[in-house]
Amino acid sequence: MANGDSRALVNLDLIRWHLIASATFMMVSMLGGLAYAFQFNQLYPFPSIEWLSPGRVRMVHTNMAAYGFIANAFIAGLLFAIPRLTKKPIFSDQLGWMIFGAWQLTMVLTVIGQLAGYGQAIEWGETPSFVDPLVLVGLVLLVINMSVPIFRTEEPGLYVSLWYFLAAFGWTGLVYFMGNFLPEYWVPGTAGAAITGLFIHDLVGLFVTPIGWGLMYFFVPLLLRKPIWSHALSLIGFWGLAFFYPMQGVHHFLLSPIPMYAQYGAIVATIAVEIVVLTVIVNFFGTLHGRSEAIRGNLALRWFYTGMILYALTCLQCAFQVTLTFQKIIHFTDWVVAHAHMVMFGVFGFWIYGFFIEVWPRVVGRPWVSPRLLTLHYWMTMSALALMIVDLTAGGLVQGFLWRGLNHWGDSVIASMPFWWVRTLSGLIIISAQGLFIYALWATARQPSTEMTEAPVGASPATAGVGV
Amino acid sequence: MERFGASFLVAAAVTFLLGFFLQGVMPVITLSTLATKTVEEVADPITPHFSQLASDYPEEFQRYFGEVSVASHAKALRIGRDAYIAEACFHCHSQFVRPVSNEDLRFGPVSKPEEYQNHMNLPHLFGTRRVGPDLIREAGVHSNDWHAAHLYAPRNVAPYSVMPSYPWFFDENKKPNEKGLALIAYLQWLGSWVDENGTITAPGSGGM
Repeated sequence: MANGDSRALVNLDLIRWHLIASATFMMVSMLGGLAYAFQFNQLYPFPSIEWLSPGRVRMVHTNMAAYGFIANAFIAGLLFAIPRLTKKPIFSDQLGWMIFGAWQLTMVLTVIGQLAGYGQAIEWGETPSFVDPLVLVGLVLLVINMSVPIFRTEEPGLYVSLWYFLAAFGWTGLVYFMGNFLPEYWVPGTAGAAITGLFIHDLVGLFVTPIGWGLMYFFVPLLLRKPIWSHALSLIGFWGLAFFYPMQGVHHFLLSPIPMYAQYGAIVATIAVEIVVLTVIVNFFGTLHGRSEAIRGNLALRWFYTGMILYALTCLQCAFQVTLTFQKIIHFTDWVVAHAHMVMFGVFGFWIYGFFIEVWPRVVGRPWVSPRLLTLHYWMTMSALALMIVDLTAGGLVQGFLWRGLNHWGDSVIASMPFWWVRTLSGLIIISAQGLFIYALWATARQPSTEMTEAPVGASPATAGVGV
Repeated sequence: MERFGASFLVAAAVTFLLGFFLQGVMPVITLSTLATKTVEEVADPITPHFSQLASDYPEEFQRYFGEVSVASHAKALRIGRDAYIAEACFHCHSQFVRPVSNEDLRFGPVSKPEEYQNHMNLPHLFGTRRVGPDLIREAGVHSNDWHAAHLYAPRNVAPYSVMPSYPWFFDENKKPNEKGLALIAYLQWLGSWVDENGTITAPGSGGM
């Protein structure tokens, strides 16, 4: 209980519903992605149905991944971590429920709008124009609800997680406004492309990334029961990210008509941020040092560290693929699609699964029904995603070199077919694994109640007995 | 304590604005020397393929667009662009030619900023993926009939194609409807400002 406040410190109901919404939109997103993948095998399941046209479904796939799956789970994460770090509850539970309702309404309107043909031509911001103001209001309310406990805390200092959360609160509204309004209404053409590039990048870099890392700084030391290895590296990682991440937008449109100084600036900043990212990775593996057997027994930690390895790979890849040399071949190809899946699903999706595994038993007050099922879910998801990444990266190289070789366009499509089949296969495995996961969530919540709600974080009744 | 917390919000605003200035505002300033044109301005001159549409599909053209004029061309460009966005064509077709990888040999002259400085590019449609080819030099590459057949069932003209078919761009007689005609007009406009020597003049600024 918070001092003088009759409310519970953490609103577990609100967290539970955000997690349910997250899992629901994850399935919507993935079913969309799978259907879209079948289009590339010339086997689209709903041909010639206007509302299920593959182009429209693609927008649903990416938007539900970012705003339905990841954002909902991150809101749940903030609701879980912030009151614990500040010893203060969120500003208002009613406001929390209002944000929950508004956010799900936005998601439903986004899906309907996009399928009805009102998608917006802003990559990662295809939310229809009439939804954008609602999202912005929701974000501002969310920031108020979550910032108040941080400003009210009587703790002696702000923990690293809270730096990331506060920065994300400052960034997210600005980023969303910039990306969804400037190129749509005021800045046409090439300069608009520069701003869209900034939006694509900042959405991942200034919204998803800081909240994700904030949650890692919260959960990993708790689960390992030891402090973060180096405070200095935490500082370097945070301020490096804050400084370099926002100035890389144009790297999404390299070799385009955007002025070259902006392109070179973006390239340099992108390579610089790779060094920053390494400090964060080193810090977390320094923390793990001496306790690496925990990865074997604790599935949440295993998801977290798998995500971190993929994060390190993604960023290392970034530092190379951002150069104009790599861009000649890989831009416009499936290489980039592999890269996007590696970061959005392989890093943040995986962290969310770890978060689910740690938190779901707490919010439903029951232990996981089958740790073995969760282990199977891990191996299926992880290996299928690895397959997809390798497959699309290789396919991208084939496409890039065939294009440069001035082969007929059809040759590049035909050569891509086997890669697109493997992509569909990996998608099928990923979807099946998520079906198992949803079943595990449902079956766990349906069990007879046991006494475990008050277990401290890190005690891990959730995953005790999980095998390799 | 409160001031310490606020410093992270301030830092977020400052770093965001620094990045926004370097990567967003600077390109806007650099490109502000270019005149921004309206859709009506870039609809003049009328492309030969738009006039051709009026004789290819006289009944439908008359019904949806009336006479061939700059105003009806502008209307078609707007509707065509909106259809292009609604179907997310920009997710599989880019709209700029890069100066590398023989793209100038495959598609045509390398893109210049002035080509995009108009309200047809509000928002811009650069794209980041090429499942199908780039379209910024599409004007005149294919006939109107080819486009109609291709939009109706892409694999009828390109058996390897993975493009979806768009029967809702056609009426019950399988003739292109308002959106279909507009989309063809839009595709035939893309790059119509490049002359036969490959010289680029910003759209709407001169004769054909």
